[in-house]
Amino acid sequence: MRVQIKINGKTTDVPENHTLLDLITLENLNLSAIVVEHNRTIVPAPEWPAIVLQPDDAVEILTFVGGG
Amino acid sequence: MQNDVLKIGGQELASRLFLGTGKYGSNKIIPQVVEASGAQVVTVALRRVDPDQPEENIAAYVPRQCVLMPNTSGARNAKEAIRIARLAKAAGCGNWIKIEVIADNRYLLPDNYETIKATEVLAAEGFIVLPYMSPDLATAKRLADAGAAAIMPLGAPIGSNRGLKTKELIKILIEEIALPIIVDAGIGKPSEAAEAMEMGASAVLVNTAVAIANDPVAMARAFGLAVSAGRTAFLAGPGSVQEYASASSPLTGFLQD
Repeated sequence: MRVQIKINGKTTDVPENHTLLDLITLENLNLSAIVVEHNRTIVPAPEWPAIVLQPDDAVEILTFVGGG
Repeated sequence: MQNDVLKIGGQELASRLFLGTGKYGSNKIIPQVVEASGAQVVTVALRRVDPDQPEENIAAYVPRQCVLMPNTSGARNAKEAIRIARLAKAAGCGNWIKIEVIADNRYLLPDNYETIKATEVLAAEGFIVLPYMSPDLATAKRLADAGAAAIMPLGAPIGSNRGLKTKELIKILIEEIALPIIVDAGIGKPSEAAEAMEMGASAVLVNTAVAIANDPVAMARAFGLAVSAGRTAFLAGPGSVQEYASASSPLTGFLQD
């Protein structure tokens, strides 16, 4: 069984019992430079392992870029 | 001049040039640009990570002693600006925020009404709020009442390098608003930055003019000098403007046949 979720607006699927930390680790992101929103709630890094992704969850992963 | 510091959000700033980090050919040049400019406040934007094209963390290129000021670019209304501001704070960038609410894609002019709404909410949450706005006295007063730490009127559309097209309106804000007035957007040349400072602006924010110069490091230095020169001229008190000539040399004792 796969669980369908949205990451940064794109539909994708992840294994069952996949946590927010699993997702972020899989994407191989620079952990110090990102901020994560789960279903519109900002989730601090220590809470990533406790959040198991559910069908239709929306995850936003953001970082800083150049801007004026 | 030693004690001429700009105070915003409890910070004392010796430099009155704020610098943006967008549009550089390579981010690697940013530390040199910031150093050459002398800027102590540097802006960044928040965007979705693209796992296929991981970008470097821009904040890593900004010298540590600088205040990072994330903007809310991409926000089309107050609600989106507030969401971006909270995310930026959670990302560990401190509590400064440049509110930028834009629903106009051609001129990128800000929505003053939504900007006021976002300022009220974020200032109440403890953010140091610097709203980007179309220069308008009534809006500036409302932003001040809403708790803004400074007001940032545009000189010309973002990235246009057209200079101080809104000069007369900005002058009114400088006269009437007790908060620092920081000219943001449109400044294309150091002479225009100096012009803004000479008329009493508290600071200027420059991005495109430096980023797209042939030599951004040299241009950053030029802007730093111009802002400093303009500020010094303002403090010196420029003389009055006259319609007719007034001789600088004595009109007596001419050598004549």
